[in-house]
Amino acid sequence: MPGIYIHIPFCKQACHYCDFHFSTSLQNKKPFLSALEKEILLQKNFFEKESSGIINTIYFGGGTPSLLSYDELAVIFETLNKCFTISSTAEITLEANPDDLNSAKVKELAGSPINRLSIGIQSFYEDDLKWMNRAHTSEQAISSVKGAQDKGIENITIDLIYGIPTLDNTKWKNNLQKAFELSVPHISAYCLTVEPRTALAYMIKKKKVLNINEQQSIEHFTILVDEMKQQDFAQYEISNFCKNEQYSKHNSNYWKGESYLGLGPSAHSFDGKNRQWNISNNALYINSLANNKIQFEREELSEKQRYNEYILTSLRTIWGTSLNHIKQVFGENYVQHCLKEAQIYFSNLDLMEEENKLLLTDKGKLIADKIASDLFII
Amino acid sequence: MENIRNFCIIAHIDHGKSTLADRLLEYTNTISKRDMQAQVLDDMDLEKERGITIKSHAIQMDYELNGKKYVLNLIDTPGHVDFSYEVSRSIAACEGALLIVDAAQGIQAQTISNLYLALGNDLEIIPILNKIDLPSAEPEAVKDQIVELLGCKREEIIAASGKTGLGVHDILEAIVARVPAPKGDPKAPLQALIFDSVYNSFRGIIAYFKIVNGTIKKGEKVKFLATGKEYNADEIGVLRLKQEPRNEVKTGDVGYIISGIKDAREVKVGDTITTVLNPCEKGIQGFEDVKPMVFAGIYPVDTDDFEELRYSMEKLQLNDASLTWEPEASAALGFGFRCGFLGMLHMEIIQERLEREFNMTVITTVPNVSYFAYTTKGVKLTVNNPSDLPDANFLEKVEEPYIRAQIITKSEFTGAIMSLCIGKRGILTNQVYLTTDRVELMFEMPLGEIVFDFYDKLKTISKGYASFDYQPLEYRASHLVKLDILLNSEPVDALSALIHRDNAHSFGKKICEKLKELIPRQQFEIPIQAAIGAKIISRETIRALRKDVTAKCYGGDISRKRKLLEKQKEGKKRMRSVGNVEIPQSAFMAVLKLD
Repeated sequence: MPGIYIHIPFCKQACHYCDFHFSTSLQNKKPFLSALEKEILLQKNFFEKESSGIINTIYFGGGTPSLLSYDELAVIFETLNKCFTISSTAEITLEANPDDLNSAKVKELAGSPINRLSIGIQSFYEDDLKWMNRAHTSEQAISSVKGAQDKGIENITIDLIYGIPTLDNTKWKNNLQKAFELSVPHISAYCLTVEPRTALAYMIKKKKVLNINEQQSIEHFTILVDEMKQQDFAQYEISNFCKNEQYSKHNSNYWKGESYLGLGPSAHSFDGKNRQWNISNNALYINSLANNKIQFEREELSEKQRYNEYILTSLRTIWGTSLNHIKQVFGENYVQHCLKEAQIYFSNLDLMEEENKLLLTDKGKLIADKIASDLFII
Repeated sequence: MENIRNFCIIAHIDHGKSTLADRLLEYTNTISKRDMQAQVLDDMDLEKERGITIKSHAIQMDYELNGKKYVLNLIDTPGHVDFSYEVSRSIAACEGALLIVDAAQGIQAQTISNLYLALGNDLEIIPILNKIDLPSAEPEAVKDQIVELLGCKREEIIAASGKTGLGVHDILEAIVARVPAPKGDPKAPLQALIFDSVYNSFRGIIAYFKIVNGTIKKGEKVKFLATGKEYNADEIGVLRLKQEPRNEVKTGDVGYIISGIKDAREVKVGDTITTVLNPCEKGIQGFEDVKPMVFAGIYPVDTDDFEELRYSMEKLQLNDASLTWEPEASAALGFGFRCGFLGMLHMEIIQERLEREFNMTVITTVPNVSYFAYTTKGVKLTVNNPSDLPDANFLEKVEEPYIRAQIITKSEFTGAIMSLCIGKRGILTNQVYLTTDRVELMFEMPLGEIVFDFYDKLKTISKGYASFDYQPLEYRASHLVKLDILLNSEPVDALSALIHRDNAHSFGKKICEKLKELIPRQQFEIPIQAAIGAKIISRETIRALRKDVTAKCYGGDISRKRKLLEKQKEGKKRMRSVGNVEIPQSAFMAVLKLD
């Protein structure tokens, strides 16, 4: 089930917490798009070793892909179609900011191959949005979703952020309530993380804003899990919830170890054994593609590393860590190691075994990284 | 015998001893330029990395001067204060010594103490001014220092550069001309002095010796005087770049013997080899038994590895006779070993060698010195482990070893060094200006204060310029108390230390803070307490780890996250559970890193 990720490295303004690669200067947009086109051409054989080279998912992430015009998107699709076979039922997602989704834009998108929108709402409260330095208003947050639905785009996911100091429990519950009222089939809810070298990290260090409160984050997470259950949303990954099995196919593929091709600066690709990542610099990305070269770093994963990645990603999902899979792919020794390290978490009720699968309990989900690390082999 | 010259090299660390030794080997064609790798004599990886010589080695060179052939035996010696015992062994086997002084740095404390050792053994000293090609060299000023120290003539000092090879021929000529040939009676019963030994996994223990009197022949029955054991001299020979077997080694020469010895304890450095048929009456004088100065527990991180650790320690002892150890049990850490080290560097090296050469991950407990405890019943106990200190109710007094510390520094650092030493309970006994800007400070201080972080601090405050050496003095009574550390209300004996009463509170506070920094959060709250007896003097708390989960884990996050969690897992391998608290290896050495 191969997928393609396309990184659009531009934003109108920088959110304080974001550590993804982007530039707030749009002057390189045109040269970037030419470079991207070249990169697609250069990578057209990326999936040739796959049993089925048919592309099932395409994901435009960023940065802010909603900054692309209809024509710009059309050129990208034209090139993609030249180089790859894209399934007629492919899930094609575009990340969009509410402030970009005016009715003209939505109309354009509805007429494009894009069939799923991921809208970065984060919060419905002005003070939260301001704290995060988001570009949109709370009113735009709601109208963007409704506008898309009016134009027939039903497959929508929205992003929410919890754990920010301006968000108390009541506000968080209200945010969830408003999200439910929008009748979207999918919600991603992320705990605010202070990443190094972000504006937020700097402001916390300078004591300009309050640091993240762990207790508050835990309470928000508990509220989140409860509310989602009540609304029949399945928590199919730590931060991802959906109704009626409307999983994000593209993201699920990451957690199932499928191959993916990443295009654009900083994008990661994976062919089942090797991972490579493009240079995180727009100018260098553009310059090297001007010479028909992709600048990337590459690592070949050892068996242990592949096992570790399987643990890391599978443990976070509703499908769990399959002991059968470990046995088949890595061997019995890995199963024994995994079970031995898991014992303490079984007895602490952080982890359970069901139908030969390891699954996190709600309590265990709070320490998923620690558990994963302990199950690792080095 | 008159064509043999036995000599060693005395130098402060970094003064270029190993490089100059390499040049000597090259100029005498002992080693071809092609085979030359920097610091040939330092064959342990650790030595090359740290640029220091840990083990002493010996090597024989041929040299021809004015048509006469000479055999030069160079005995290489370590240059760190911890290893002065090995230096003393090398010195006793020689008739001459090259005193190497860095032309930029001048004479250092270490140089002086080893020089006195050599002079005490009546060695002929050849002063060498090394690194004179350095732009910062001050040859005239340093020559003044040497002349003042040795009372030699200026023209006796050889200017040299190990890097360019300048002066190497002069040095070789001086060795022949100035170092006396060994004296000894070829007809007397055999007396050979063991000055070193190495372990070879195929041949067993190889002892290095210098023949003082008599001759040793291949196949002879020999006896080691101190241990009283008898062996067959299966193979004897001389130490070229590789060992070269001979049928006999004669008076005055340096050689090796392989006699199928498997147990290191049978080869006592300083012992005398003689023959069974015609034994000598007495052993050779002048050797001291190695005395460990610093003690610490060494425990396997994984309790199952105890036997393997014992095996590794035994192997290590084969080529490091100065390492002593005995099994001990700790309530916190289970079974391990109480080890005696020559000093702090020696301790670090042992820990590192265990990891590198034996793949053993170990925990080293808080180091301490050897104390005397007197009970109320008048019994004197030797205490090498703070846990063995008798209860305060039965304790009459505690004595701790004092040292005379000698520090040579640029005068601008005098003030800072004085405050450091006084803070470490030192008493200034003398202060001498060697030149206008170099001063020698003498302190009497407790050895126990040196084992903590003294070296590092001295280096820092003197910007690396101060050099330090010490000689043991007597034991003195001190107001020492046992400071215990409790984790999660359980005492961790491996973290106990004997501290002077006046420093106990601030020490307890600092160590609690440091431990809080070093022990990772766990799924429950962990109180850290410092206590004297039943009295808690300090407390910190490690908050429980309740949330540890990445928010986003998509295509671009997986690799970075995996590496992070792998690193975490790697760290966990180096942790030891005490009660239910996981303690990283580094936390046990926390006291060494207090500020």
